[in-house]
Amino acid sequence: MTMDTKNGSGRTTGRGIGLAAVRGLALALVSLPGAVLCFCLSLVSIALIPIGVGIVTTPYVLTGVRAFADARRVLAAEWGGVRIPPAYRPLPQDANPWARTFGMLRDPATWRDLWWLPVDMTAGFVTALLPAVLLLYPLEGFALALGLWRVFPDGYWYGFVPVTGQASAFGAAALGLVLLFLAHFLTPRLLGAHFRLTRAVLGSNQGELAERVRVLTETRRDAVDTSAAELRRIERDLHDGAQARLVAVGMDLGTIEALLDKDPARAKELIAQARKSSVEALTELRELVRGIHPPVLAERGLGDAVRALALRLPVATEVSVDLPGRAEAPVESAAYFAVSEVLTNAVKHAGADRIWVDLHRAAGMLRATVTDNGKGGAVIGAGSGLAGVERRLGTFDGVLAVSSPVGGPTMVTMEIPCA
Amino acid sequence: MRVVLAEDLFLLRDGLVRLLQAHDFEIAAAVETGPELAAALAELDPDVAVVDVRLPPTHTDEGLQCALEARRKRPGLPVLVLSQHVEQLYARELLADGSGGVGYLLKDRVFDAEQFVDAVRRVAAGGTAMDPQVIQQLLARRSGDDPPLARLTPREREVLELMAQGRSNAAIAGKLVVTERAIAKHTANIFAKLGLEVSDDDNRRVLAVLAYLDHGR
Repeated sequence: MTMDTKNGSGRTTGRGIGLAAVRGLALALVSLPGAVLCFCLSLVSIALIPIGVGIVTTPYVLTGVRAFADARRVLAAEWGGVRIPPAYRPLPQDANPWARTFGMLRDPATWRDLWWLPVDMTAGFVTALLPAVLLLYPLEGFALALGLWRVFPDGYWYGFVPVTGQASAFGAAALGLVLLFLAHFLTPRLLGAHFRLTRAVLGSNQGELAERVRVLTETRRDAVDTSAAELRRIERDLHDGAQARLVAVGMDLGTIEALLDKDPARAKELIAQARKSSVEALTELRELVRGIHPPVLAERGLGDAVRALALRLPVATEVSVDLPGRAEAPVESAAYFAVSEVLTNAVKHAGADRIWVDLHRAAGMLRATVTDNGKGGAVIGAGSGLAGVERRLGTFDGVLAVSSPVGGPTMVTMEIPCA
Repeated sequence: MRVVLAEDLFLLRDGLVRLLQAHDFEIAAAVETGPELAAALAELDPDVAVVDVRLPPTHTDEGLQCALEARRKRPGLPVLVLSQHVEQLYARELLADGSGGVGYLLKDRVFDAEQFVDAVRRVAAGGTAMDPQVIQQLLARRSGDDPPLARLTPREREVLELMAQGRSNAAIAGKLVVTERAIAKHTANIFAKLGLEVSDDDNRRVLAVLAYLDHGR
């Protein structure tokens, strides 16, 4: 998972360089005293825990450290495009100082903060300061060449150039020029390096885990919503369809019972009607079952289910299957409905006259590719069936990729992890 | 005529037994699981087997697999497969060996006892009995992109559907309430338009139609 939301080092305009230098300088000026202060306070506070004072002060100090780290996280995201997700364990609001202190000290994120402070006051300081230095130091070289060298009658070292007269001052200016040239390339990168260093120490895979939890929460919500909607649909279909027809059959049978002796001809008529209703109820139930869990899928698995699906399409469809064994039922079902939806899309919108489906399972991934020779231009977006497919796959950590240039062909690839 | 019957739902099995007995079939065995069916088919050598697709213990397509296996061991063994749903894929597998004597019907067709018993007799005699749903799917799928099928008149399509289900000219004539000669004329037209050889054998006729429908996929 990459956490660079945007690449802040790619800009090499003069303004970008200046901005990076100013930001770096500001960072350096804040980070050194801030980090030293936080570090010392933390050390003292933790050291005072045995005599009791630390228990009261430590939560405040560590909260301050967190605020300091959080501010840097915000800057890293805004200035460097580097996301450092915080991963602190939540503390109960009404916990006593003792619980707070030890709760915080048990949190690995706290120790990462404390470890980060000395790194920030040394390497962090240098990497933040260097952009400004790279930009300002050449100015000194130019100033020397412009006559500043006269102020130092005993000679002055500019970089590795000993400035003793106008000639060597020009040398200093030349070095300054070289440095300015380097700054042009290095300044934004150095600031980026600073933030990446911050992330390396301050960030943790805990952050990725937090991100993962967020994604899982979202997909779970989607799954719950979808299945609730599905249940409502099934209930409605049963209620309006098969159930109503069976009630009608029952009523007809009751009438038939009454009519049997009085009016056999009418009874016979009703029997025919009741039989028709029962057939219709069966047809509806069958359609419903196909929508919930297609029988072929249950009987033969994904490969044959997709083959059977292809047989029903009005477009010539070639299916190639390479699936050793069967995947878990929910995965098969998700893949089946995803493929089904994509095929329906292809038939409805692509105007294709040939479709190829490729099912393939390797290295713990179930991959389904649907390609058509239609007119292309399919996008994943609000309201398109593909967004629904993506959500359906998301529940299984699956992904959907669409390649559909206008003019075709369209290729939809779906991947679902399966054990 | 001796029948082996395989159906796991007691009510339906019981009903089928009574229905078939009422029409002078002899029930050689009425079983409820796949292994029992395999044993019965091997030992009893029935005239026809009526088999549910989904059977215990796997509750998948055990019945169909047993039937296919039995037909491999004894080519031409008449098998009528019943299912809660019809799937072209299964119809194709049943027809694959081309030796006839197969049927594939929705379970609801049992509601029309006469038609169902007629289907069992046809299959036992080496004919075919394909569910109208299978045929309709086949025709619907093929007619769109297929000029020869598109050239058929609606009446000829009707006849073709019934023919593909495995019915004889006489049966088709009865169903459409026309003379047998009219049907003979229609079939001749259909064969001409589809470029099929005329044959007197009902079974070969259906297989030819299905083979044609299958052709060029």
